[in-house]
Amino acid sequence: MSAVTDAVRVAPTGNPVSQSFRDSMVVAKRNLIRMSRIPEMIIYGLIQPIMFVVLFTYVFGGSMQIGGSTSATDYKNFLMAGIFAQTVTFATASSGAGIADDMHKGLIDRFRSLPMARGAVLTGRTLADLVQTALTLVVLAVVALLVGWRVGTDGDTNAAKVVGAFGLLLLLGYAFTWIGALIGMSVRTPEAATSSGLIWLFPVTFISNAFVDTSHMTPWLRHIAEWNPFSATVQAARVLFGNPGQSQSDAWPMVHPVWASLIYSLLIVVIFRTLAVRKYRSATA
Amino acid sequence: MPGAIYAEGLVKTFGDVKALDGVDLDVPEGTVLGLLGPNGAGKTTTVRCLTTLLRPDSGKAVVAGLDVLRHPNEVRRSIGLSGQFAAVDEYLTGRENLQMVGQLYQMKAKAAKARAAELLDQFDLADAADRPAKTYSGGMRRRLDLAAALVVSPPVMFMDEPTTGLDPRNRQLLWEVIKQLVSGGTTLLLTTQYLEEADHLAHDIAVVDHGKVIARGTSDQLKARTGGERVEVVVHEREHIPTAREVLAGFGKGELTVEEHTRKLTVPVTGGAKLLAEVIRELDARGIEIDDIGLRRPTLDDVFLSLTGHVAEVKPEENGETADAPAKDRKHKKEAAQ
Repeated sequence: MSAVTDAVRVAPTGNPVSQSFRDSMVVAKRNLIRMSRIPEMIIYGLIQPIMFVVLFTYVFGGSMQIGGSTSATDYKNFLMAGIFAQTVTFATASSGAGIADDMHKGLIDRFRSLPMARGAVLTGRTLADLVQTALTLVVLAVVALLVGWRVGTDGDTNAAKVVGAFGLLLLLGYAFTWIGALIGMSVRTPEAATSSGLIWLFPVTFISNAFVDTSHMTPWLRHIAEWNPFSATVQAARVLFGNPGQSQSDAWPMVHPVWASLIYSLLIVVIFRTLAVRKYRSATA
Repeated sequence: MPGAIYAEGLVKTFGDVKALDGVDLDVPEGTVLGLLGPNGAGKTTTVRCLTTLLRPDSGKAVVAGLDVLRHPNEVRRSIGLSGQFAAVDEYLTGRENLQMVGQLYQMKAKAAKARAAELLDQFDLADAADRPAKTYSGGMRRRLDLAAALVVSPPVMFMDEPTTGLDPRNRQLLWEVIKQLVSGGTTLLLTTQYLEEADHLAHDIAVVDHGKVIARGTSDQLKARTGGERVEVVVHEREHIPTAREVLAGFGKGELTVEEHTRKLTVPVTGGAKLLAEVIRELDARGIEIDDIGLRRPTLDDVFLSLTGHVAEVKPEENGETADAPAKDRKHKKEAAQ
């Protein structure tokens, strides 16, 4: 008897890929509604990078040597790719905190008891974070233009290249939100997710080419900086924007930054998505 | 054929803690099983295993005719889960919450919308439907959570302490909803710490302690097992206690207890109302004025205390020995002797 009902009820319902997509969109919509109802989160998310743009431009500009020049304008044009890249990685913390909060409040249990695609809760969250990151980048680009950032100052660029640079930055941000997703699934409270989501970002974003010219670093540190996945995207953005201070190193990621950025980001997505979804399947709040 | 919810030998260990130590359950279709037990007894872990949230280390579980371990996703289509903490998104409105859950149960957007409206009416949330759930009271959130569990009218429902923390009025309200649900043919497994709740809602009760079902039966059966009825007398004057004690001892079938400060005497009896009438006549004949007298059947509280109290006595032995086979056998014998 139970075998008969099994056979009837176990009939597959539609294509798993389209179900996964649909479920992810439902969850993404939920997270976007949520974000729109907590506007202070978006505003605080914007204040920090804007502050970085202004502080780095006016405090460090003029005393940093970029490609042999200490001109404040050169540093400003050098800096923006780095600030953009750092900003997109901060989505890691909000993604992690959001997922930890869902765990904490029992929402993950609810989702896990529903007949929905297993990865959709996390995918939906990371997609919503991607939308927020994109909005942040737009605002930040406007502020950068206001303080005098220009593309094409030290190399060829065009609209397609600029769009490509922003595309790589968004992809990096998206990849990092999957790291956040894993953190969110692994910690007990949203507060822990926020702090553990941010702490490691400082070494990752500072031991890089984002704020200084890596050629002045101690060799071992320079190697780390040049192979840092984060640096690849910064270098790629700098090349595509035609901005100064591009690394002249012969490390592969610095010579082929666009490819390196793509490969690194996709690799991070694959690895951390796999780990986070596995964690989700066996989650116990 | 097994019932709508069936479990056999569920075992789940977290580190050194054996949360479930061989749970067996069988809930016939359309009935309510109350899972009763103290905190940490294994109630929630049992629910989590049956609702696919947790994979048991060993054992078998069948829900709505489907093997939980082999077909988790199909089981999810047939169940609704309402947890201890109202699992709704507080920044979404009631309507948005229900629509989302509907869509994740794979309903079309339009159907999910219609169903959400229906449920909001049914659960008396229509006025608050478009306010974020954050603004809801505890009782409203609990109703919304329950509504979310009912979006697809699942044949099997699990409720983990549905009324914990609710005020009496909201508890009554929720009980009404649950009764309606059950009269519609839904099979329900309900965990609770409130004996009154299990008494009120459940057809059958399983008492859980230390990860095991230590007793099961209807509320009446469990009460009968604890001991039959008792006569309780409250005498008006304290000096009448010795005489009353003498009278009651003549009718009693067991140990008589006296609470001096409340002037209450209790004694186990057999013979029901007829005997009670005799007791009253005898007390009257001796000139004892009484404030209250009654025939009391044991409450589930008595059942619970006597059952878990017994287990607590066994506990030092459990801790002192490793869980080897002889120790287990002994424990089984003790339980069988209950």
